[in-house]
Amino acid sequence: MDIKRSYYEDIELFRSKTTLFWSLLFLIFLIFLPWIVAQTHVLGLSVYLLNLIIIHAIVAIGLNILVGYTGQISLGHAGFFAIGAFTTVMFVGQLGIPLILALPLGAFISAIFGFLLGLPSLRLEGPYLAIATMGFGMAVTTIIKHTEFFGGRMGLQAPKLYLFDTALKDIHFYYIIAGVAVVLAIAAIKLFKTKVGRAFIAIRDSDIAAETMGVNLSYYKTLAFAVSAFYTGIAGGLYAFILGFINPESFHIIMSITFLAMVVVGGVGSIMGSIAGAVLMTYLDVKLQAIQDIPGLGAILVKFSEEYMTMAGISNVAIIVYGLIMILIVLFEPLGIFGLWIRTKKYWKTYPF
Amino acid sequence: MLGQLIVSGLAVGFCYALLALAMVIIYKTSEVLNFAQGEMAMISAFVAFLVLDTYQFSFPVGLLLTLLFAAALGAVLEFVFMRQAKNPTLIGLIIITLGFEMILMGIAGWKWGPDQRSMPFPVPSFETYNFFGLVISKINFWTIIVCLALIVVLFLFFQYSKLGTAMRATQQNQLVARLMGIRTKWIFSFTWAISSIIGAVAGMFIAALTVLDPPMMMDPLMKAFASAVLGGMTSLPGAALGGTILGVVENLFGGYVSMSFKSVVAFAIIVLMLCIRPSGLLGKHFVKKV
Repeated sequence: MDIKRSYYEDIELFRSKTTLFWSLLFLIFLIFLPWIVAQTHVLGLSVYLLNLIIIHAIVAIGLNILVGYTGQISLGHAGFFAIGAFTTVMFVGQLGIPLILALPLGAFISAIFGFLLGLPSLRLEGPYLAIATMGFGMAVTTIIKHTEFFGGRMGLQAPKLYLFDTALKDIHFYYIIAGVAVVLAIAAIKLFKTKVGRAFIAIRDSDIAAETMGVNLSYYKTLAFAVSAFYTGIAGGLYAFILGFINPESFHIIMSITFLAMVVVGGVGSIMGSIAGAVLMTYLDVKLQAIQDIPGLGAILVKFSEEYMTMAGISNVAIIVYGLIMILIVLFEPLGIFGLWIRTKKYWKTYPF
Repeated sequence: MLGQLIVSGLAVGFCYALLALAMVIIYKTSEVLNFAQGEMAMISAFVAFLVLDTYQFSFPVGLLLTLLFAAALGAVLEFVFMRQAKNPTLIGLIIITLGFEMILMGIAGWKWGPDQRSMPFPVPSFETYNFFGLVISKINFWTIIVCLALIVVLFLFFQYSKLGTAMRATQQNQLVARLMGIRTKWIFSFTWAISSIIGAVAGMFIAALTVLDPPMMMDPLMKAFASAVLGGMTSLPGAALGGTILGVVENLFGGYVSMSFKSVVAFAIIVLMLCIRPSGLLGKHFVKKV
């Protein structure tokens, strides 16, 4: 059924005509999506929310390269996100570099920090690495918060962008972001069909075995951190511009945890899974922030809050649901949405059995 | 100035030491790094606030209720969630504790809102003692005394009590401990309960020294990790020593170099320590078997 007969079959992007067809259909769907959303407001979506979802998908892909494919844990991705956001805004606002150049430049600086954080990962594993990366994330926000150069505690205003004298709006950003995301997603899928990607996977499966096979651990581990930081840096730069305003307080540890949650919910070690996880978790997060507006359930929760809790903190329900989803996924479906997909696919392929 | 900084650093340092101890106890028994430790302590501090301030219980009764709550919280988390994970990976376990962290933080934020409150405490924070020219605020003094006493009690407990010995046996080798008739599953629940109690005490002191609000334990949690790494993740005396050193060093840095970059010290210490001596000051060198 799925036997590969030659090397080129293993590295091609679309395994069959069917996959190619559905991928093209999906691309066309992406092109018309903002129009559909603007017309119908289906599921309470808005173009801004779409932008946020796609940006989180980029982060999730980047983090999955590190967590899912190389097996290194990181709790500091909010730090890379912040570095990308602040440097891109500085490049565009202070130096007047166009966004198309500023984005990769900001991401490149983020990648340099990724390389630096990758250095201790050579000696650390598991829990120790989690602590070190978490410390990195907190250190970045503290340093930005206390540096006047980056606007200090007040944060930075992202400059307005113009293309041929028209100010860019959410809908324009949608096409920029979606374009970047598609390119990055394909690059990530392709990455794991090359020597570098295979080295990452070998390190995840067993770093000692990989080393004996001739994989240069220090090179590939730091490279994995740098690539992951590059993705996150690009996402951070885009995030600064759709938000219009960035503040160091918003890049806290909870943000790193939600990134990790997207990867885990979507499926560790799957690009499509991380996109699905980002879509689901971002949508849930934004919708649950305004939980009192949900018909039926909202009214009950408001009553409950007034009786026993506080109304000021009702948006915290979002965090509780988030945490519960994380725990339940690990307990019952360790491969996340991707695992569910694989299972349904298998069920239908072997249907009567 | 120097003595002053050291003394106030000691008070904070002992709080870090308690949190780090709580973490190391769980890490040694079940190899889980408990990221929810800070939030468990935070919610216990909020329960203390609820009992003491809202329901106006007397301090000893309130303290007892809080510690009971903390023990129950730890045991329930272990029993309901950690135990259910089958063949968990390391990332999986970390994700579960991160999930607790978010749930507990959400509950505290929902119940008490984002306001900052001050912890009702029998020791006033503005009165001071004077020892040979050294001025110590009463709250710092009592923090040092209580934390030291608790650390000593913990060491005695682990060294001499039957339960403590059983816990140490479980830490060394689970299978053999079970063969010797120790109920290792119970020991896990006990471990979480004891760790949660220690964390709760630290949380109450930190709330009294600073303010009481849902994100209050974010920073101390990081410091506790730093202390545990500094002293050695597998060594109880190491964790206590690491916390004390970190508190003093951090306070000296804040006093002499830069106040605003004080919280970066913990990160610097983690990275330095992990590069120079990953097993920590007092930890045994750890060799991974293939």
